[in-house]
Amino acid sequence: MSFLNLKRLVAVFHARNLEFVRDRGTMIFTLLVPLLMVVGMSFVFGGRERPLFKVGVVGTLVEKKAHPFLSERYVDFVPMPDEADAVHKVARHSLDLLIDVRPPARYWINPGSPKGYIVEKLLLETDRNAHREQVSGDAVRYVDWLFPGVLGMNLMFSCLFGVGYVVLRYRKNGFLKRLHATPLSAFEFLSAQVLSRLVLTIVVTTILYFGIAAVIDFHTAGSLALLAGLMVLGALSMIALGLTIAARFSSEELVGGLLNLLTWPMMLLSGIWFSLEGSPPWVRWIAQIFPLTHLLDAARAVMLDGAGLPAIAHQLVYLAITAIAFLAFGAWSFRWRME
Amino acid sequence: MSAALLEVRNLVKKYPATIAVDGVSLAVPEGVCFGLLGPNGAGKTTTIEIMEGILSPTSGEVSYRGEPLGPRFKEEAGILFQKTALQDFLTVRQSLAMFRGLYDRGLSVDEIIKLCALEKLEGRDNRKLSGGQQQRLLLAIALVNDPSLLFLDEPTTGLDPQARRNFWELIQSIKARNKTIVLTTHYMEEAELLCDEIAIMDKGRIIAQGPPRRLLREHFAEVLLELPKQEFPEAARALPLRLIEASDRVEITTDDLDGTLRTLMDARVPLTDLRIRPPNLEDLFLELTGKELRA
Repeated sequence: MSFLNLKRLVAVFHARNLEFVRDRGTMIFTLLVPLLMVVGMSFVFGGRERPLFKVGVVGTLVEKKAHPFLSERYVDFVPMPDEADAVHKVARHSLDLLIDVRPPARYWINPGSPKGYIVEKLLLETDRNAHREQVSGDAVRYVDWLFPGVLGMNLMFSCLFGVGYVVLRYRKNGFLKRLHATPLSAFEFLSAQVLSRLVLTIVVTTILYFGIAAVIDFHTAGSLALLAGLMVLGALSMIALGLTIAARFSSEELVGGLLNLLTWPMMLLSGIWFSLEGSPPWVRWIAQIFPLTHLLDAARAVMLDGAGLPAIAHQLVYLAITAIAFLAFGAWSFRWRME
Repeated sequence: MSAALLEVRNLVKKYPATIAVDGVSLAVPEGVCFGLLGPNGAGKTTTIEIMEGILSPTSGEVSYRGEPLGPRFKEEAGILFQKTALQDFLTVRQSLAMFRGLYDRGLSVDEIIKLCALEKLEGRDNRKLSGGQQQRLLLAIALVNDPSLLFLDEPTTGLDPQARRNFWELIQSIKARNKTIVLTTHYMEEAELLCDEIAIMDKGRIIAQGPPRRLLREHFAEVLLELPKQEFPEAARALPLRLIEASDRVEITTDDLDGTLRTLMDARVPLTDLRIRPPNLEDLFLELTGKELRA
């Protein structure tokens, strides 16, 4: 028995695809939920303004004594170690104003931002001599910012739960045991499941992308091919993560619990709904473990800021390494039958 | 005897609470239909699953064509488990095509469909098959690689009598293709009809082995007399007869029919419902273990 026989892999891959395509209920549900979610989001969050003014301060910490402006109330002062990045945020309206308090004080403002206009007035009250730098750029609407998050979230659920429960069901009803009696190897079986889910996830994500982009009038700033490559790697990493759990266990409760244990921290900490900027360092540090965090960071960079391959290379590498590691672990710990 | 196609030696399978198989040795010659008989819990399924390479034994060896089970065995064996679910939403033909794709050699899907009389069902969803139809599909799947060795684990359990009879006919037509078959069953008539050789298992051990007719001849040179239990007077139990009590009847084994009948009549045992018949495997099992097979 060879380790990898493509004919066997294709047989299982094809049968799994048929099984999914015939299952109309699941298929419609897979497409409908995220679509409804985005439409809902654009209604709920579309027009809402953030309650605070947000001002970036160049440097690693904000010292109130350094400048009188820093004592203003109802303004959130956030330290910005990377000046270029911070200037970009002003352009994108995610900072209302950026100030460098080292004398002579300089500040960056986007004339297109209404909140920037007001914060500038506040600043000039305390320091008439601050030097003005102008930045231009369109605001990133919340719904635009949310869009990559929704794509990523849908991808995460599709990958983790899609393979997890399918393999578990096969094990429970004895189908896996039957396959074990054939020359099929664990690696061939798992690869077929991964590929089938990958194709499905990419098709669904593509439909979602173009559907939602049309609804909310969105255009990706960067390369669509790069974005597609990123989504493939992200999906691979998360399908393989799902397999590490489905590889071994026979209890739906246990697998369900473990999958929830994985998905909820990612839901909250990977930056689907809100940016982690300004959250405590340990939260951001934990978030770096999740593949979804890397996928979303890279997706937002490409979709919103037009980042190219070099800018997201380290995220791509992280996703590729985790995909390989998870798949290897899954094949190693795979069980054909119930304990 | 020709060299065995499949051989097991000193098989033991222990579970934390029980010993399911306790020192079983068997040899299955090529071209033979070999039956593993015994009541539920005798260790038949555990034994056959070890022979199939699905379960690993605690100790003991299994060899196929003189070698340990390996890739060649997987390529050449066909297996019908007691219970197997197939993928949802796939048709009979698609399921067969999937399994056919897993083997290098074998019959074409069309040939299999014809062999197992699935022509009218080939477009049907797996889940919409009756018990007998499903079992026929699973047998067809076990045959996709045109196996040299076919395992059938209780193939007709749960089927109605008509479906069971159809299934037997199917297995006989496969036997005619000179396949080696290993079969487990707790239906004695199934074993008598299909098997050339049987091994009777009880409590994880083999208690008798050989061709069915020879086993019967060895254990019964006699005929069996059956009487309903409620018509058998208490006093008659003291008579010098070889009695076995089953749940609803009393069985008397004898090689002197005249003498036994005279004894019974003298004891005024009512003989209206008396039946005289040659012994079958069911009786053999009763004789060997002192209990009924389907108790």
